[in-house]
Amino acid sequence: MNKYVERLYNGIIKENPTLIIMLGMCPTLATTTSVINAIGMGLSTTAVLMFSNMLISALRHVIPERMRLPGEIVVVASLVTIVQLLIQAYAPSVYAALGIYIPLIVVNCIILGRAEAYAMDHAPVESFFDGLGMGLGFTMALMILGSVREILGAGSLFGIQFIPEDYHIAVLVSPPGAFLVLAVLTAIQNKLKLPSATNGDADTSEFVNGNGIFAPETMDKNELLAGKKEA
Amino acid sequence: MKSLVDLLLIAIKYSLVSNVVLSQFLGICAFLGVSKKVDSSKGMGGAVIFVITLASIVTHIIYIVFMKATSPLCKALGLKDGLDYLNTIVFILVIAALVQFIEMFMKKNMKGLYDALGIYLPLITTNCAVLGVALNNVTFQYNMAECIVYGIGISVGFALALLLMAQIRENIVEGNDKIPHSFQGSPIVLVTASLMAIAFCGFQGLIR
Repeated sequence: MNKYVERLYNGIIKENPTLIIMLGMCPTLATTTSVINAIGMGLSTTAVLMFSNMLISALRHVIPERMRLPGEIVVVASLVTIVQLLIQAYAPSVYAALGIYIPLIVVNCIILGRAEAYAMDHAPVESFFDGLGMGLGFTMALMILGSVREILGAGSLFGIQFIPEDYHIAVLVSPPGAFLVLAVLTAIQNKLKLPSATNGDADTSEFVNGNGIFAPETMDKNELLAGKKEA
Repeated sequence: MKSLVDLLLIAIKYSLVSNVVLSQFLGICAFLGVSKKVDSSKGMGGAVIFVITLASIVTHIIYIVFMKATSPLCKALGLKDGLDYLNTIVFILVIAALVQFIEMFMKKNMKGLYDALGIYLPLITTNCAVLGVALNNVTFQYNMAECIVYGIGISVGFALALLLMAQIRENIVEGNDKIPHSFQGSPIVLVTASLMAIAFCGFQGLIR
């Protein structure tokens, strides 16, 4: 397989950041009230991720070791600001719907995680495709969650209503529903024995907290081991 | 007198009614990651209250002095629109530096507190609730007092949710064989969070 295609496959299926490694939970839960919002969030994150990976990879020999994290944060924050201003100018309705979550892309663990785990020791073009793959994987996961929540909760898809109001499960659009849908989704993953950072074995596979940005690569092995043990 | 009531309303609103974790989804990573044991959740909760309140104050001061359209810096440079578009970059760097500074200061001068909260401090830089508070202070155009109360409200809400979650997990969820196999691990934690969120919806009548 071509190495760029391999990167895309890796990001979308094999190491899907949301469904398999469980990174970036805040936007996943907060912006999936409808498919449109999910796509908006997913694509803005993808844009930031592609260019941050590429820039950080290009600058990896220039940034001194001690300034690594601050340097990465500056790159990511600048890109997020650019994306934020572009969305504000060209897609004001998306901007109004996503609100605070657009600037908060800066602290999305996926971005710093990929910068640390991949861009720091790979060439710019490969890193770019890695970012694209991860971003599309994130977008896809958000779209799955968003469509489930929108179809069942609001009876519509892409804003087109097709289920009468009496049959809506309104709780799914509200905050508690976000947790519930994600819970069912991960439970299905467990049932089908798909690899996931959170399969049963709690000590090798736990939610990635803030510190997880340094360890996605090692987590991966653990998660694969855990998957094998269960299978 | 009215302003005092307003402040109280802000505190109640953001600690209970629209809880930062359970209805705004900020700081989910820390909420799910550190809630396994009650002890560590206490440490994390304390550290978050401390950092968010301080960050709220510091970023607000920086905003008034440097970024706002009427700030001394913008006036001196003749920038009529202010530097608002740099908020994200400046705030995240300030927060990262602030957390580092707090860590060093605590290590040197407050040994007891450092032992209790120290290891959680670096995690907080990437907690989106901190940056969220700083950015919302600007969006809501809060003044100094409101910023402080907002910071305290948000962080107390976070600590409360974290502590409740840790108690539930330690006593009921972890190592419970009665949970169906597919739901063990993260799914049951998310279901718990969902039920907590529904419970917190009950506070909605408190404020109109």
